[in-house]
Amino acid sequence: MVEAPRQEPRDLDGSEAVAVESVSRTFETRRGAVHALAGMSLRARRHEVVAVVGPSGCGKTTLLELICGLQRPDAGTVSASPAALMPQRDLLLPWSSALDNASLALRAKGIARAEARRTAAPWLERFGLAGFETSRPAELSGGMRQRVSFLRTLLAGKPVLALDEPFAALDAITRYEMQGWLARVLETEPRTVVLVTHDVEEAVVLADRVVVMSPRPGRVVATIDVGLARPRSPTAPEVVALRGRALEALGVAR
Amino acid sequence: MPQFRIGWRPLALLAVLIGIWELYVDLGGADPLILPAPHAVAKALYTDRGLLWSNFLVTAQEILLGILLAACAGLLLAVAVHFSRTLRAALYPLLIASQAVPVPMIAPLLVLWLGFGIAPKLVVIALVSFFPIVVTTFAGLAAVDPDLLKLMRTFDAPRRRTFWHVELPSALPGVLTGTKIAVVVAVIGAVFAEQAGATSGLGYLFFQAEPQLLIPRAYAAVVILCVFAIGLFGLLTLAERVAVPWAYRQQGETS
Repeated sequence: MVEAPRQEPRDLDGSEAVAVESVSRTFETRRGAVHALAGMSLRARRHEVVAVVGPSGCGKTTLLELICGLQRPDAGTVSASPAALMPQRDLLLPWSSALDNASLALRAKGIARAEARRTAAPWLERFGLAGFETSRPAELSGGMRQRVSFLRTLLAGKPVLALDEPFAALDAITRYEMQGWLARVLETEPRTVVLVTHDVEEAVVLADRVVVMSPRPGRVVATIDVGLARPRSPTAPEVVALRGRALEALGVAR
Repeated sequence: MPQFRIGWRPLALLAVLIGIWELYVDLGGADPLILPAPHAVAKALYTDRGLLWSNFLVTAQEILLGILLAACAGLLLAVAVHFSRTLRAALYPLLIASQAVPVPMIAPLLVLWLGFGIAPKLVVIALVSFFPIVVTTFAGLAAVDPDLLKLMRTFDAPRRRTFWHVELPSALPGVLTGTKIAVVVAVIGAVFAEQAGATSGLGYLFFQAEPQLLIPRAYAAVVILCVFAIGLFGLLTLAERVAVPWAYRQQGETS
């Protein structure tokens, strides 16, 4: 494969945490080339929550992996502060307790088990997981597992969190609760968040800005500034109106 | 791998088969000197118990140490092959070739080289039983969810910590599965090794008894080795339940 000429990523200025500019990414598969992204741009200021919505297979996961440095663009530039991924499936280690799963990022840095546990333990309590420290993932509910997974990513200590459809696998009621929970957590623990989702309501409730992507090859078709006070109810008229706008941009409004 | 549980069904089937065997011999279907009836084998198990026991201890020690050696070698090889693409390309065909070595032929050659002690037995047992351990351990190491590896990369985990915290525990069920397969072939390996040159052991006892037409004793040795293999297999299944309950649970769900 011929390497496309690559522009050097420019340095981020102080207020910016993520700058993806005119990025294209193509994968060679057995059935030919798949253009995941074509001319995709995305910016996130420090402590901004940017939601990315789009149809399935529009390159959202590729976008997150570019931001996390797991892939490199074929064209365009990606500049981002260090980012930690929260994968779509929780991917908790089935042999480890909730506490040890939450402290995995600390262990990955070479911190000793006892100290990693000491660091993670108060967080488990804050996240409503007190009493479940020694529970294995199989003994936790779906919502608890996502909270452990989120905590694991948070404790990596990276300024940017790349969340890949974090609540997609949950039932509707739990998802609703978890969205409220995440909004509260980010209020006390502000981070730059790039939240990939196909749930438009989730995007409007949680994000400062909603970026709507086209079907593959993904690029931005609309950017919606939310600018509503928190906490937001999904049934508030302003939220419903913005949700309508996003659905319209996706081309699925009825 | 299906779950391993001795229920009444295999025992009932076994009882029926033994019954048919007993009737066949009792009704004159075979010369009891050539094919002893089950009751004669049972009698030999009892009367020769001291002899059988002391020789069993020898073979059991060979098998256990041989499997330990196979597990260590298998684990090391699987990890080496997992880490190095070059080594994988170089070593994998040779590992397969090692399984094509005809054990009854190589065993006497090893005795010639290593003597009549335990060493050639351990080599033969390890040779026949390390392969399933390498294959299943390597498969376990390679089967780790790629998204989990990506996650570890965003945590800046160096290769060795990803291995230690994620890959090795993931491969543990594979190690145990491979060892379960290994114990059964290890018993066969032990017999070949003792046939090639030994002064004690159940295989030795068998090859002494057979030409002397002590056939019930020969059958008794076979029975003991079979029961021993089943026992080891069962112990490893128990170890799976205790050491890798997560894998055990998933197994139960899918079967």
